[in-house]
Amino acid sequence: MPTDAPSLRAAARASRPIALLVLALIVALVLVTPFLPNYYIRVANSLLIYVLLGIGLNIVIGYAGLLDLGFVAFYAVGAYSYALLASSQLGLHLPLVAILPIAVSLGVLAGVLLGIPVLKLRGDYLAIVTLGFGEIIRILINNLGAVTGGPKGVARLDKASIGGLDIARPAEIYWLLVVVVVVTGLLVWRLERSILGKAWAAIREDQDAARGIGINTTNAKLAAFATSAAIGSIAGVIFAASQRFVSPESFSLQESVLIVLMIVIGGIGNILGIVAGAAILILLPEVLREFAEWRVLFLGILMIVLIIARPAGLVPRSIGPEKLIRGLFGK
Amino acid sequence: MLGIFFQQAVNALTIGSIYALIALGYTMVYGVLRMINFAHGEMFMLGAYAAFLVLALLAGDAHAAGPLTLVAAFVIAVVAVGGIGVLIERFAYKPLRNSTRLAPMLSSLGASLALVAGMQILAGPQPVAFPSFFPSVTYNVMGGTVTSVQIGILVAAFVLMYGLTLLVNRSRIGVIVRAVSESRQTARLLGINVDFAISMVFFTGALLGAAGGILYASYYGIMSPTMGAVVGLKAFTAAILGGIGSIPGAVLGAFILAFVEVAGTALLPLLTGGLLGTEYRDVLAFAILILVLLVRPAGILGEPVSEESMVYKREF
Repeated sequence: MPTDAPSLRAAARASRPIALLVLALIVALVLVTPFLPNYYIRVANSLLIYVLLGIGLNIVIGYAGLLDLGFVAFYAVGAYSYALLASSQLGLHLPLVAILPIAVSLGVLAGVLLGIPVLKLRGDYLAIVTLGFGEIIRILINNLGAVTGGPKGVARLDKASIGGLDIARPAEIYWLLVVVVVVTGLLVWRLERSILGKAWAAIREDQDAARGIGINTTNAKLAAFATSAAIGSIAGVIFAASQRFVSPESFSLQESVLIVLMIVIGGIGNILGIVAGAAILILLPEVLREFAEWRVLFLGILMIVLIIARPAGLVPRSIGPEKLIRGLFGK
Repeated sequence: MLGIFFQQAVNALTIGSIYALIALGYTMVYGVLRMINFAHGEMFMLGAYAAFLVLALLAGDAHAAGPLTLVAAFVIAVVAVGGIGVLIERFAYKPLRNSTRLAPMLSSLGASLALVAGMQILAGPQPVAFPSFFPSVTYNVMGGTVTSVQIGILVAAFVLMYGLTLLVNRSRIGVIVRAVSESRQTARLLGINVDFAISMVFFTGALLGAAGGILYASYYGIMSPTMGAVVGLKAFTAAILGGIGSIPGAVLGAFILAFVEVAGTALLPLLTGGLLGTEYRDVLAFAILILVLLVRPAGILGEPVSEESMVYKREF
């Protein structure tokens, strides 16, 4: 591993063609997708929503090292915000741009509500409490029938539109998702390198030492929960806008687990890893669709095999976006 | 009034003892490997299906088996599921023993998914009527009713739990397991076969879980491939509530949870004037868990976070 500057530059130059090729491939893929048949665009959309969820949850798990098994609660908060504010359920027909800030505020509120009681907890205890929190939200949605429509869910949601531009067809949703994922991805990546991101890393590595050097661990943890919840609820809003139907079924414990798994299989703490993990766990069931009932069995066994074969994930932390960027710009 | 109270208490004890049997498996695995075994709820489901299969093989018709056949089926089924528990550990968790703490937990989730899906393929996704392992006679006690099924479940559960206490505290296997849970490295240095101890933990844990599954299925007269998910989650909550890693804690947590649930089911609609129905039972269970953990972050009988447990925190 070269550490001094000249050899680092040499290594960067050497990996430059590969990085360029990867980038060109990604751009080509992104540009081609909206011209494919609708089925493929829908799969791509669901992939992008999971990437967004993965980016959100990764802040808590990958950066701050707190195991959260109730992430789906925030996804549900976002989805139900859209479902209730943009349908005849409450008689409000707010536009997407008005709902997004409301959904994000509600998500942050839920994140802090979960964060405050669990600040003292660590590891497995944290996992079970967050799991319980997710279940509580799901049971509430299921039973507050007067507001949420109960197990039937809310149907016939309004078409989303931004400034008169309709966002309802899969290709339109796709572009919205591409923009949101890229912007969120860049922001979160900057956040990881900011002072707050360094505080999260310190907490992840050694909480007591972090407190010892003057990091306010309480605030940093709450910030992690809040940002991740905000991203989760944005994903929920887009999910509801694209399905135009929500029901509690979409927010089960399995969903939370799937997102955790995506991060772990892909590579904890690494945006590229999240994309890889999402690709495997979302695309594979689609490919296996012919084997309908064998699908989950395969997925379960594959999970075990992947974790045993690559316990650190498919894309390790060291091959993060930095490496790609260094390869491109040679610095 | 007293009768209703008595009857609800017996209901709670019955459910509590089934939760306790399952919670013991979670807590023992955690005590030795510091791992949450999410596939444990599926041992509960496998127990019921295995018993049904053995009954059908032994008696031809699972619903018309004699007492001896029932006892034989119970024993064969729980031992078989114990064996399955050991096999799962060997293939899905053992390769990850020196990995991060998150890895075996997620591997167990994979195992859980595969077991449920596998059972859905083998036996179909629909619920199946399950024969009662106990004669059904209803007794009137103090104005309430108690069934022989409930008494049978209580007796069976307490015999199994007493057996586990003897195994852990009095037998050679118990000494080995306790040594390994204290420190795996030291135990190995002292010549203890660590792999054997871990296999024993998974064997007894899965066996107790399977017994819980058979008792639960005979109580409600029904089994389904997904039955392990909800009850497993409850038992897991019970183990955490009592303090995971602690055997008496698991039993205590299971009974507290069962009493809260039964009381919640009976009292919630009454206290809130029908506003909150019995469907909020699970909310109550998790709310109690969160409240207890706020006061005692390691559970009721759990050890407080110590130097030793802090060593693990860096690993994911």
